[in-house]
Amino acid sequence: MLEHVKKLIQFYDEVLSMPHRQEIARELRDEDDLFLLLLYSEMIGIPNPIYYYTLELYPYMIENFHDWHLRMGMDKSPLTGIRCC
Amino acid sequence: MPGILVALIGIIVLALGYRYYSKFVAEKIYRLDPDYVTPAHRYKDGVDFVPTNKFVLWGHHFTSVAGAAPIMGPAVALYWGWLPAFIWVILGTVFAAGVHDFGTLVVSVRNKGQSIGTLANRLIGQRAKILFLFIILILLLMVNAVFTWVIANLFIQYPSSVLPVFIQIPIAIWIGYAVYKGNRKMLGPSIIGLVVMYATAIITSRVDFLQIDLVGYFGGEGSTGLFGLGAVSSAFLIWIIILMGYVYFASTLPVWKLLQPRDFINSHQLVVGLAILYLGLLFLNPEMTAPVTNSNPDTSWFPLLFITIACGAISGFHGLVSSGTSSKQLNKETDARFVGYFGAVGEGILALISIIAAGTFFANSDAFFATYGSFTEANGAGLDVFVVGAANLASGIAIPPDIATTIVSIIVVSFAATSLDTSVRLLRYIIGELGIEYKVPALSKKHVATSVAVVSSAALVLLPQGPNGFGSGGYLIWPLFGTSNQLLAGISLLLISIWLKRQGRNYAITLIPMIFLMFMTLYAMFQQVFFEWAWYGTESDMLLFVLGAIIFVFAVWIVLTAFNVLTKKYDNPIDND
Repeated sequence: MLEHVKKLIQFYDEVLSMPHRQEIARELRDEDDLFLLLLYSEMIGIPNPIYYYTLELYPYMIENFHDWHLRMGMDKSPLTGIRCC
Repeated sequence: MPGILVALIGIIVLALGYRYYSKFVAEKIYRLDPDYVTPAHRYKDGVDFVPTNKFVLWGHHFTSVAGAAPIMGPAVALYWGWLPAFIWVILGTVFAAGVHDFGTLVVSVRNKGQSIGTLANRLIGQRAKILFLFIILILLLMVNAVFTWVIANLFIQYPSSVLPVFIQIPIAIWIGYAVYKGNRKMLGPSIIGLVVMYATAIITSRVDFLQIDLVGYFGGEGSTGLFGLGAVSSAFLIWIIILMGYVYFASTLPVWKLLQPRDFINSHQLVVGLAILYLGLLFLNPEMTAPVTNSNPDTSWFPLLFITIACGAISGFHGLVSSGTSSKQLNKETDARFVGYFGAVGEGILALISIIAAGTFFANSDAFFATYGSFTEANGAGLDVFVVGAANLASGIAIPPDIATTIVSIIVVSFAATSLDTSVRLLRYIIGELGIEYKVPALSKKHVATSVAVVSSAALVLLPQGPNGFGSGGYLIWPLFGTSNQLLAGISLLLISIWLKRQGRNYAITLIPMIFLMFMTLYAMFQQVFFEWAWYGTESDMLLFVLGAIIFVFAVWIVLTAFNVLTKKYDNPIDND
């Protein structure tokens, strides 16, 4: 019985939290997108004084980069240097 | 007839509709495929596209679509007697709303989770998208105007509800900080918030000086208030200004600071409200005292009944929720039946209890006709009757009437306020989008767009001359709100029909409700726009005439487009993705 009540409370919490979790995830993703834009700014003509350091992050960013350019409405990678798809 | 029997018949018909009709639609018409890879899996990103358990998704879908509208519509439509409202809610839910909500969900899932607006662009053409945007714009304006008036009206009628509603704001801000800064769960703090709110309600119900009664401060109903207006009109003016100021801030602040925690507290109220009403009905077992039908109405039920009850029978707004959010979170295509169709059933159950709460309140028919003397009076009194009727049901579970009245009015205000917040925010986005589209970049600025949204909504509440004088524009706007809502549902049903036709399937199940809805909407609009609101009409009002005429032209345009698209021969079946 107690188990059922716990399950019910968990379900209720999940229903109510869903849109809120989504909203927070969206905010975080927007921040991430901005960060990626800073990272690749040199390639789209915005000078970036710490370009050499950000360059080193590329191997770690390829996965994220792929999702990012899809979200930005580009089906294929816009950068020749990065071949993620 | 006992209220319980009415509820039971309604619930049985809805259950049969879900069990058999939705099964037939799912298997034979929409042909759901359990192996189809839904957008939630295909485009999984942890934000918009998240595969979700069907029960959780249903809960979220239902709380998104349930608001003040399915309460207000049926309470007004009671004017024609409880039977017509009951039949329209039950049959409308089974044959129109269920198919519509379910269909928009399926079509969206089969098209990358795109919204109805985007699909209109693809299936009908560019013109349809602009038309769609304008209809949504007008619909949101209506929501703002109607619900601002609803809240102001409830604050004036039930001064004890003011403080509990306003105390929610600091509590919500505290919860926002506690949850996001302290990384805690929201459930506990939000329940504490709810308890504080209801405790305040109990205190304000019993302590007179804590009731913010503006009409009383001006010296009662007959006295003069601000700028030579009457006391009631002045109270309306003050509340509308305060509410508009509130929504301005609420919709420009980051969501986690106020809107989200407030929403969270309000979500509990849907459960509390339904529990109070249905348990009260069970224990009190009241008789339906409203007449079965009104034999001598001053306004015919045909076609106005189908416009007055939108949410609860069929509502275009649900299509926006189905196709905009729920379709991106559907785990399996076969879950669409439960989420979409059963979501509509939930809304029908809410409308059903609204009819019963208002219909069991009166002592006898004479008392009913004293309140529902004319259709205009019904528009004004409907919501108040629901509040006192619901409080009457709550006495079945031993809640004192004065406290129950305050709590029910808080629940209705909370529903309306949630809709108001959301619609001002959406209106801001659309104004921004139109600004970019038509090269007016200033409109895409947050504060400019919000100001335009708030000022135009306020104008719509204050300018039309309602029967209560200043500030009662909401009385007149309700039918217009219903009309634009039904138009949206009409377009969605048309889109589903086109999609089914191009799949080579039988599209009668969506085409028939669409023709029915469009006919009723056009007929009602024609009557009101050209015989009532026009400069030569019986209740001349230029603002409503212009708005109504725009919607009427849109409706005719949609019918012509529908005819054109549905009679066109397609060589290629539509590709789904």
